Formats: sequence, structure tokens, C-alpha cells
Amino acid sequence: MGPIVGVLFDGFAYGMLLFLLSVGLSVTLGMMNFVNLAHCAFAMLGGYVTVTLMNQMGWPFFATLPASFLAAAVASIFLERALYRRLYRAGELDQVLLTIGLAFISVAVAAYIFGTIQQPIQTPSYLRGSIQIGGITFGVYRMFLVATGLAVALILVLTLEYTRFGAQVRAAVDNQRMARGLGINVEGAFAITFALGSGLAGLGGSLAIEIVGLDPSFAFIYLVYVLIVVSVGGLGSIGGSFAAAVLIGISDIAGKYYVPQLGAFLIYLVMVAVLMWRPQGLFGKR
Amino acid sequence: MIATTGTALTPHAYLQARSRWGVIEIAFWLATLLPFFLFPNYLSLASQIAITALFALSLDLILGYAGIVSLGHAAFFGLGAYAAGIFSKFVWGEPLSGLVVAAVVAGVVGYATSFIIARFRHLTLIMITLGLGFLVHELANSAHFITGGADGLQGVRIWPIFNYFRFDLYGYTAYSYSLVVLFLTFLVARRLINSPFGLALRGIRENPNRMPAIGASSRAHIRKIYTISATIAGIAGGLLAQTTETVSLGSIDFQRSADVVVMLVLGGVGKLYGGLLGAIIFMVARDQFSGLNPQFWYFPIGVLLVAVVMFLPGGILGGLSRLLAGIRGRRP
Repeated sequence: MGPIVGVLFDGFAYGMLLFLLSVGLSVTLGMMNFVNLAHCAFAMLGGYVTVTLMNQMGWPFFATLPASFLAAAVASIFLERALYRRLYRAGELDQVLLTIGLAFISVAVAAYIFGTIQQPIQTPSYLRGSIQIGGITFGVYRMFLVATGLAVALILVLTLEYTRFGAQVRAAVDNQRMARGLGINVEGAFAITFALGSGLAGLGGSLAIEIVGLDPSFAFIYLVYVLIVVSVGGLGSIGGSFAAAVLIGISDIAGKYYVPQLGAFLIYLVMVAVLMWRPQGLFGKR
Repeated sequence: MIATTGTALTPHAYLQARSRWGVIEIAFWLATLLPFFLFPNYLSLASQIAITALFALSLDLILGYAGIVSLGHAAFFGLGAYAAGIFSKFVWGEPLSGLVVAAVVAGVVGYATSFIIARFRHLTLIMITLGLGFLVHELANSAHFITGGADGLQGVRIWPIFNYFRFDLYGYTAYSYSLVVLFLTFLVARRLINSPFGLALRGIRENPNRMPAIGASSRAHIRKIYTISATIAGIAGGLLAQTTETVSLGSIDFQRSADVVVMLVLGGVGKLYGGLLGAIIFMVARDQFSGLNPQFWYFPIGVLLVAVVMFLPGGILGGLSRLLAGIRGRRP
């Protein structure tokens, strides 16, 4: 019983990380159908901001989290205004190429500035270690991750459901042309959503360092996970991203724990199976 | 072409006009013989380029002509490579039959997956191809007992072609062999593209919903071209396995899938020569910069991709043909 709960908990915590990394991409994809493969580059930027601030400037861990959120959000606004907006009406091939080009550039720049080694950070002592409940060990940092993930999910759902801005975003996801016709500034709402989503990815990147480490290949390795979460969860759906992130997180951890010889097989299998069953994802509308 | 000449052609005459050989085309294929005389020390590289060009050609058939964006096409390349390698190791080392085995294995898997591919479009399609690519990669990685896993497949021995042309150290045979296979496959692809079937594919690329309405079933066509493309990719992989006498996981990984998309885009998507040109430029550049840390190599590639998308739609060939059209247009 103990190991199962432990694996479920670890998988859930990992899923929360994937949720933070992917929710922004899901919503922006749902709104604009823009395939942004550079999404994890923003996450990587957040991670490197945290590493630099902590190791060079001596900032405390918690102070770097808002900074990484802001850095990723601001960087994404620049890119969105300069490059992305020109391709909203282009085919998906052009979008894929532009954004994977940006991801390539980010990897090379990160390797140039920080080297290809893993970046070490010292999380505060009260986030390290683990506690025992009923004979099962729970890592404190993973509990912190779960709490953060749940809090972010709650804030996002409340924002989308109960604010004017949230209503505009939902309208744009449901039917972009209709939303425009009603006078909603879809471009503006999209720019803000894009910045928020990239900021969340930056936050996720910072929080991920302790669990999975940080090196320049982060932008690619986690891009695959994030895309899996997004396509399994369905575009433009926060609940879908949440469910898919938990599903993929638990599948991945459980697969590595119980059938290590399968390696990463399981999550790809889960993804292909889900997409064959429901091409629009678990919670997607289209 | 109809628009520029201004004269209406019958469909038959149009296809005939398309399939006539131009001077530039003949010059291009003659130029592929130059490495024998000008760069005899680089024939191994030339052979690699020919193989990569064949792979890029196979991707162009589905991406450029049928509009299927695949991020997992290396799966078929790798399947062909492993099939040819394992065949030569456990059955016999005769190269031509090995190539047929590579083509058949990749083609059969391509046919099986084409039923999945034909059902989807857009992001779901990209993710499916990506997922299938990773699945095949993991399969090759974990089937250590037969593929050699991360150590690569060792012990591949290839007999001389026709029992006469031995694979030499300088790559004379390797390049001749790859070039002949590339040229023959290119002829097939060219014939295919300039046929009514090729026209139907382009129609599907432009509007997959309207084509069935005029009697061309989108899914059946996509299944056919996907199988053909997988077969060609398998042949390319088989060539690589036979000319290098080893197969590594690098022949099947995501990097190869991404590289070939980059080459094709650089050269020009939807033009038969786009993949060939892109492969030449990409491979020569990578050979020149091979001393660099591979992660720095991403930088010029990324900049190129952004530049091509923003400023040069249609790649190098697209830019050239617009330039030519501009010059011709200015003449009285």
C-alpha cells in the first residue's frame, strides 16, 4: 500500500509541475490556434533567472519566483509583438518552424552563457527533507509543489469564471470570430493571456530545477511533455490541462517505478491512445 | 505556370509541360557527378548528402505535397536502417536485397500507421507523428538484444554490389550507389508528382474538405502517399546502414526528424529539388562547423528558421524562382 501511495503522490507532484508548465500553452493554443513550440524556452528562461539571482545575487528562493514569472512574461510580450502576431493567420508549418527556431536559439544562447552543465541551487532548508505520515514518506518540496499547483489552478479557474477578462478569454476560445463580432478585443486579450501563460511557464521552470534539474536541453525535453499534456487535455481547457498533467505525471512516475525497462514508452503510448480515442483531447471541444 | 504563360492548357498538356526536363534540372544532375573529380576526398560526405537528400525527398512528398507536418519521420528512416543492418547481419550481406527488405519493412509500418495519420490534421497530427516517432525510438532503444540499443548495431557486413563493386574506404562505391538510388527514386517521385495523383495531393493540401467533393478521397490519397514516403525514407535509412556498416540510435531519434524538416524548409517545401538543395547546404555547413559544440550549432539553425519563415517563404528555391520571375517580368 505504502509504495503505491508514494508513487501516486510523486506522480501528482510531478503532474503539478507539468500543469504549471503547460497551462499557458493550452489556453493560448485554444485562443489563437498558434502552435508555440518555444513555450518551454520561456520556462527555461525562468529557471535561469532563478539560478542567476540565487547564486550570483544571493536572493532568497521565494523572492526569485516572482522575478522569474515577470522575466518570462516580459520576454514573451516582446516576442509576441515582434514576431508571433504576424503568423496568426499563417499555416501551422510556419508557426512550428518559427517557434522551433526560437527554441533552437534559446538553447544555444543558454549553452553559451551558462554552459551545458546542470545548474545547482540551494532550496531553503525548510523545503528540504521529508515527513512521515502513517509510514509513508512525503517530500516537503513535493508537497510545496502540490500546494502551488493547486493554488494556481484555483486562481486560474476563478479568474476565468468570474472576471470580465476571463469571460472574454472564454468567448475567444469558444468562437473567435463571434467574440470579435461582439466587440471583444481578442488580440489584446490574447497578448495578456500569452504573457500570463509564459509567466506561469517561467514559474514552473524555476520550481522544476529542484526536481528535474536545469540545463540548456530543458527547452526540448519538457516541450515534449508539455505538448503531450496539452494535446491530451484538449486545447483551451484549464481543467483538461490539469487532468492531463496529473495523468501524464502519474503514468510517467509509475512507469519508471514499476516497469523501468519500458522507459518513456508509457507516456507516449498513453498519448497516442488518448488521441486516437478522442482526437480533440480529453476535454477539448473541437 | 499557367498563370505566367497566360495560355490555357488542357489538363493533359499541363501535366506534360510540367514533366518536361529543363536545362537547370539536367545541369543539376550532371553536377552531382562533380565530387568524383573535384572532391575525391569528400566522397563519404557526398554519399551522406545523397542519402539525406533522399530522406528529405521522402518528407517533401508528404509535407510539401500532401500538407502532412510530420515531426517523427525519422522513425521510417531508422526502421529501414535497422532492417537493412539486421538483415545483413543475420541473413546475408547482399546489398540490393537488403535495400528491398529495408523498403518493405518501412513501407509496411508506414501503411499500418497511415490509417492513423489519415484521420487527423493540425496539432493532433503533429503530436501523433511525434508520439509515433518517440515510440519507435524507445522500441529500438529497449530491444537491446537485436538492435544493440545505445551501443549501436555492430557486425554489419555488406558484400560487394553485384559481387563486383566493393565498398572502399574512399567512398567511391558508396557515393555511386547512393547517387544511383537517389536518382532512380527521384525519377519515380517526379513521375508521381506530375501525375493526376500528384495534382490530387496538392488539392488535398489546399483544401482537404473540398477534394472528396470532386471525387478524390482525401484519406485514400493520404494513405497512399504516406506509405510511399515511408518506403522511400526506409530506403534512405537502408542506404545509410549499408554504406556506413553500422546503425546507431541517432538514425531514428527526434534530432534526425527535426533536421530533415529544417533542411526541407531551408531548400523549399513542395518543390522536388528543395529537399535536395537543403540537404546539400545543411550537410556541408554541418561538416564545416563539426568542431563546434553541438548545442551552439543550434544557433545558426534557429536564426535560419526564423529568417526563412519571416523573410523567405518557400525557402531558397522559392526565393530564387520569385527572383527569376521578377527578372522575366521586367523584360518587355
